[in-house]
Order: sequence, then structure tokens, then C-alpha cells
Amino acid sequence: MSAVWIQETIDAVYVVAVLVFILGLKAMSGPTTARRGIVYAGLAMLIAVVATFFSSGISNTNFLLIFVGVAIGGLGGWYWAQVVKMTAMPQMVAVFNGMGAGSAGAIAAVVLLGNIGDHTIAALAVAGGVIGSISIAASMIAFLKLQGWIRSKPIVLPARQVVNTAVLVIGVALGIYAIIALQTFWLLPFYVLLLLYGVLLALPIGGADMPVVISLTNALTGVAVGLDGFALVNGPLGDAGYAMVIAGVLVGSAGSLLTFLMAKAMNRSISNVFFGAFGAKEEVGGEIKGQLKPMEAVDVAALMAYANQVIIAPGYGMAVAQAQQKVKELSDLLDAKGVTVKFAIHPVAGRMPGHMNVLLAEVGVSYDKLFDRDEINAEFPATDVVLVIGANDVVNPAAHRQGSALYGMPILDVEQAKNVIVNKRGQGKGFAGIENELFYRDNCHMLYGDAQKAIGDVVTELKKL
Amino acid sequence: MAADLWTALFIALLAAFTGYEVISAVPVLLHTPLMSGSNFIHGIVLVGAIVALGLATTDVERAIGFVAVVMGALNVTGGYMVTVRILAMFDRSKPKGGSK
Repeated sequence: MSAVWIQETIDAVYVVAVLVFILGLKAMSGPTTARRGIVYAGLAMLIAVVATFFSSGISNTNFLLIFVGVAIGGLGGWYWAQVVKMTAMPQMVAVFNGMGAGSAGAIAAVVLLGNIGDHTIAALAVAGGVIGSISIAASMIAFLKLQGWIRSKPIVLPARQVVNTAVLVIGVALGIYAIIALQTFWLLPFYVLLLLYGVLLALPIGGADMPVVISLTNALTGVAVGLDGFALVNGPLGDAGYAMVIAGVLVGSAGSLLTFLMAKAMNRSISNVFFGAFGAKEEVGGEIKGQLKPMEAVDVAALMAYANQVIIAPGYGMAVAQAQQKVKELSDLLDAKGVTVKFAIHPVAGRMPGHMNVLLAEVGVSYDKLFDRDEINAEFPATDVVLVIGANDVVNPAAHRQGSALYGMPILDVEQAKNVIVNKRGQGKGFAGIENELFYRDNCHMLYGDAQKAIGDVVTELKKL
Repeated sequence: MAADLWTALFIALLAAFTGYEVISAVPVLLHTPLMSGSNFIHGIVLVGAIVALGLATTDVERAIGFVAVVMGALNVTGGYMVTVRILAMFDRSKPKGGSK
């Protein structure tokens, strides 16, 4: 009797947890409520996990293993996420997402080993295994690229479409064969091939497309968790499965929408991001008139000091140089001089969705100064100075010209401002491999140098004025 | 197909719509916390990992289940901590009020 009572309590806990997850996710849509949302979701998760410990049918040996596993993973994740620098956040999200995907893949394997004879459950577990494996492998490649441990540029292998498709098809076929032939041995090559597919899928994707990759693998992990949930609902302790179905599918759908929004912000389809090997080759054509005109920090400072409105458009270069503190100083100094300062944030600037917002918030730039592309584009013609920091493709007017690889991508129309200052390390091209016409415009000047140093110089000069 | 699976399918449909509706009007400002937060929520996989390891009967199942639990726990605490840290940075600034 007491066992029934415990099981029902656990079920009730799952229901509450799921409700809080949904409310928590909802709270993420407002800056003021978001923090509360994650704390509540955290508590719900804690209670759900603790309740699961008391599930009936868990032997003492297994209980001990569970305890040790949760302790290792839990403390490890906690510590790691705490010590990592804020600038490394995109890769940390990729890692922890990969861990969830790996867990889903491993659960699928355990289910398959125990239920290979039940075709429905086994098929669901195979599906969970497929998606979980692809997601962990792709996430890990994203991590390695963002961390700089492997080349961030697209790595394109010969005949890649054919090879990739073959790996995927053979892998899935082996999984199906394992179920039909009731031979768990074939699950091993099944997993190996799908992990390989995930690696092959992510290698040709360049660093600037990582926001889309992280977001999509996040959604995929959600789907894998949901599929595992399906595979578990029929078994003993099946109610944990329902919680997984809801939370997993919730993340899968929310994540898919986010991925779609980001791909749309680049005017590219998700399949183009994944299969296009974008940025692998350089574009020719599009003759550019004019020349690059360097400007010294002292002149930049003077130009900005006497402006009415300055808009700062940051990009990945600001993150790489960790220049956000200097940018904040610059913004404060201009503020003190009565200059209106705004920030123009392109949805795909940086290496994860909202990357620029996070970096600027880190140094205390108030978020009522940050504006989306749609909000700020109308303001450029009335703006005296636009300072572009380490952004390239998102301000390239080639996006308005038919025939360019960037054609159709919604950009920040900074060229319409009276003066444009572009801070860049050198004369290199953007991720898309396209020469930026903006830099050659009459109203555009180049402020060369590492963003932290260059902006720092401008700040120093500004203080002298 | 067993009745439980049909029930789960109904639930999944509703959850899919919920996920879509809940974040359909989210500002770019919150894309990072949203992604990070949903990354944490799929950490519910830990519950499944505990169940899988809990019911494991062979050593191979136990080994794989153990890996699942460790990875699931990493997902949960890491995902939570990252989200909290990201959101903590928004805390200093004042509410934007009304604007999306």
C-alpha cells in the first residue's frame, strides 16, 4: 500500500514540475520575469529528480550507482558552468546541450538492450538514439569550433553529400535490422555511424552560423528526450516518460521556432545553413569603386564628441577582443557629453542567439539602449556617426544587390548615416567571403586595430577633449 | 500500439503547440536565455536516465545507464547555472517597459 502512495506522490510531482517548466519558459519572454522563471524551473527539476530516487523497483546496487552518477555529473556541471568565462558561454551551452543529447542516446541504448523484442518500443528507442547521437556529435563539433580547438571555417570533404547520406542511411538501416533480427550486436555500428553523421554534418558549417547550429541541436535534443519518453511510458515507472514527452517536445518545438527565426534573420533556409557550406568559397565579381580611408582615434573621438546621435553596431569582433568594457566606457563618456548613444543589434551578430545583448548586459549597458534591427533601421539617416565594431556581413550593402551571395539578407543600413566608422583588425573579408562595399563608401572610414585597443584609444582621446 | 502510447501522442501534440505559443513573441534580447533555459529544461532527461539505470539488470545496461545519468546530471546543473549567470547580467539594468 505504501508503495502505491509513494508512486502517486511521484506522479503528482511530475505534473507540477511540467507545469512549472511551461510557466518558466513563458517567463523567459520578458526580461524582468526571466530570472524568476529559471529559479522556479530549477526547483521543479530538483524536486522531480529527488522524487524519482524513491521510485519502486530500484535495487540497492543500482541506487548507489544512480547516486554516484548524479553526484559526479551534478557537481561537475555546477562547477564547470561557474568557473567558465562569460565570453565562453556559447560553447558551454553547446556542451551541456550535447550532454543531454548523449544521455538521451544512452537511455535509448538501455531501452533497446532490454526491449529489443517489442517492435514499437524498440523503434521509438532507435529514433531517440538516432537523434540523440546526431545531436551530441554536432554539439561537440560546435563546441570545438567555438573553443577554437578545430578550425572554425567550413571544413568541406570531397563528395560530402553522398558520403553523409550513405552514413546516415546505413546507420539507420543497421538500427532497424537490429530490431528485426533481434540482434543487439548491430546497435554498436548503428551508434558509431550516427555519431559519425553528426560530426560530418557539423564540420562544413562555419563559425558565424553557430547560433543556428546550437539552436537546432538544442531542439533536436528536446525531440530525442521526447522520443525516449515515448519508449519509456509503457514500461514500469512509465510516468517519468510522460514528463519527458512534455518537456522534450516543448523544447523541440520552442527550439525549432527559434532556429527558424534565426535562419530567417539571415534570409537563408535551415537546409542552406547545414548543407550549403556557406563561406567556404570566395565570391568574385561585384566591382567596387572608391578606396579604404583609415582614420585615427583622435579624429574618431572628435567626430563622436560633436555628434547629436551615435549608434554603435557591435559584432563578433567585439566578443573576440573582449572590448565590451571599453565600449561601455565610450558610451558613458558620450552620454556625459550629451550625445545620444544607441546600440544596433543584428539578430545573428555573434556566435549564439542574442550574443551581443549578453555581452553588453555583462558590462552594465542598460537594455533600453539596445535596439533590434527593425527598430533602429529607420534612425540611421538621422544619425551623425555609426561605429561598427567587428561586424561585417550584417552591415554589407551587397545584401541589397541582386546576384550577391548575401542578397536578401536583412542588414543594418548603417551606410545611410552621415558618417560610418568601422573598427576592424585588418582588411580581411567577413564570414561570407564577400568584399564589403560599405568600407569603400565616401562616408565610411576605417579605425584599424584590435577592438579593445582601438576603442580604448578613442576613449583616451575623448577624455582629453 | 498500446494505449499509453496514444495518450503520450496526444500529450506531445499539446506540448508542441504550447512550446510554439509560449515563445512566439520573444524579443532578440532574450534569445540567449531562452535557448539556455530550454537547454536546461530538456535536462528532464536525467529523470529518464535514473529510471533506465534503476531498472537495469545486466552490467552492460548498468554501464550505459550510468553514463546516461552522469551526462543527464551535467545537462541539468550546467544548463541551470549557465542560464542563471546569463540572466544575472540583465538584472542590473532597468526594465525597458512596454517595448518588445
